[in-house]
Amino acid sequence: MADDKSNAAEYWKANVRLIFGCLIVWAFVSYGCAILFRPLLASISVGGTDLGFWFAQQGSILTFIGLIFFYAWRMNQLDKKFGLGE
Amino acid sequence: MSQFAINLLFVGASFALYIGIAIWARAGSTKDFYVAGGGVHPITNGMATAADWMSAASFISMAGLIASGGYANSTYLMGWTGGFVILAMLLAPYLRKFGKFTVPDFIGERFYSRTARVVAVICLIIASVTYVIGQMTGAGVAFSRFLEVPSTWGIWIAAAIVFLYAVFGGMKGITYTQVAQYIVLIVAYTIPAVFIAMQLTGNPIPMFGMFSTHSESGVPLLQKLDDVVVALGFQDYTADVDNKLNMVLFTLSLMIGTAGLPHVIIRFFTVPKVADARWSAGWALVFIALLYLTAPAVASMARLNLMTTVYPEMTGQVEDYETAAAEPILYEDRPDWFRTWEDTGLITFNDLNNDGRIQFYDDTNTEFNETIAADRGWAGNELSVNNDILVLANPEIANLPGWVIGLIAAGGIAAALSTAAGLLLAISSAISHDLIKNTINPNISEKSEMLAARISMGGAILLATYLGLNPPGFAAQTVALAFGIAAASLFPVLMMGIFSTRMNSAGAICGMLAGLTATLLYIFTYLGWFFIPGTNMLPNTPDNWFIGISPLSFGAVGALINFAVAFTVSSMTAAPPKEIQELVESVRYPKGAGAAVDH
Repeated sequence: MADDKSNAAEYWKANVRLIFGCLIVWAFVSYGCAILFRPLLASISVGGTDLGFWFAQQGSILTFIGLIFFYAWRMNQLDKKFGLGE
Repeated sequence: MSQFAINLLFVGASFALYIGIAIWARAGSTKDFYVAGGGVHPITNGMATAADWMSAASFISMAGLIASGGYANSTYLMGWTGGFVILAMLLAPYLRKFGKFTVPDFIGERFYSRTARVVAVICLIIASVTYVIGQMTGAGVAFSRFLEVPSTWGIWIAAAIVFLYAVFGGMKGITYTQVAQYIVLIVAYTIPAVFIAMQLTGNPIPMFGMFSTHSESGVPLLQKLDDVVVALGFQDYTADVDNKLNMVLFTLSLMIGTAGLPHVIIRFFTVPKVADARWSAGWALVFIALLYLTAPAVASMARLNLMTTVYPEMTGQVEDYETAAAEPILYEDRPDWFRTWEDTGLITFNDLNNDGRIQFYDDTNTEFNETIAADRGWAGNELSVNNDILVLANPEIANLPGWVIGLIAAGGIAAALSTAAGLLLAISSAISHDLIKNTINPNISEKSEMLAARISMGGAILLATYLGLNPPGFAAQTVALAFGIAAASLFPVLMMGIFSTRMNSAGAICGMLAGLTATLLYIFTYLGWFFIPGTNMLPNTPDNWFIGISPLSFGAVGALINFAVAFTVSSMTAAPPKEIQELVESVRYPKGAGAAVDH
């Protein structure tokens, strides 16, 4: 029982760590590259404008899709590793 | 065949399909009615979620919003997609594991409180009702424009169709019609966009065409667009914004609002397993992105098309933009699509200087007004173009055949109906399941609850129809009201319910009320008490906003207030009972999740 509990706690810790990592990327591309750091990226030109504009209109959406699939894939691995899947 | 007959054929065929699905997918149990039996494949659910999520506003208005605002309105693109990341990681899998039918169900049980459940129901109803009014009026507008019936008839027809599959099929009927509606709307959106991208850039994929070379001028499309609009006194399309704090908060409010909207969350209760809920969120975003990556391309290309229609001299290679911008077309020479849309009142021309030409420029730009415009004898902007036209008139601007216009009609109506149905289910299940079954009469039988669910659905449709016909003042405030409330009240309390075992009922209730009250007060201060015009205490201009935060962006601040109050109150009051702490532990891992159950 105690093992079960610490196993579940480990799993939850790993999940929270993974979420934290993913959300850092999530915030970095949208709030970072697309908004706050746009002036810093102004020198990198993309199709008639700058990289920050591309992140605002396309790059962040593409990153979001990648993040969700990455998270779903990693969580499936964690479910198996900790034996907590369905 | 006349255009009217083509439109009728396309809309009629799509309706026949929805009704066919309604007959096939009738609900036999409350589980069918609330969560489509719980056996929806994650990709199917992803597609249904995409249709559920993309409303009349996404389909008709969003490209126009971006076309007029340029970079600054990228907030909508990021906000309405980024929410799915937090939904997939912070809410959907755990709420699916919890395995109940509604969002207030989780809040009520997790916080072991009838008060918490009722507060959640109220928040859900305000957010969803505001949202659904826009869908009803959107469907009405699409009907009146393409099928030449008054928009009031359009609203009644839309209500009747939704009634058929939502009352009989519940979530089951809604799920499969949403899949069909997604296909209709994405095909309708993509085809004209592909043609326009081909015409302007030679690249058939709009999202790539947008960042490639404009064929006629040989310069990059976005650079061309910047040059054209700047020559007429408008702000650069790609210009950066000064108020970054507001842009960040607005994007954040839209994201957490998206994640907290009950009609989106309940879609994830329909998949068989917890892992499916995660995959399904990914698929939903893929299907949403097909439209959301095309929308900014449509926006920039349609804006350029519109400008060069009015200023033909600016079309190809331009030596001197200032001279090219001096010669707008004669009103007599305007193209046919221009005439068609003038009839609807969405394009209006007013020849202020009586020269017979269409001067289309930014007359709020004082410097441009006093110098260039004054020199040319321009007396003000003479053309006003409604944002919604860009998508609706796209096929005509690009000279596409009549069947494409028929598709756009069917697509616009599909987008409105699919979102309306999802919202109506969220409203009716909150009434029949949370208020009737779990608050007023817990001993109600399965059969009676099913009847109550159907009656609530019928009632919700009637209410939505009535409000669509007589839109109240708050109807136009979907972004402020629906997203503000979802962000400031529902999202934080759901998240704390999963991520904090210590959060108790007093903390959650105080947090929800504080977030809700602060957000509403801030909105009312600038937009008027209950949105009654003239009752606002401060003018709604950036100078008056508290540290530059727009009332539309306040949801994120409301969420922070909610978190802060909840943690403070919770730490001063008793921890939740042991069985609740165990419940929180159990929603955290997938093992042991059955299909959604009712007890």
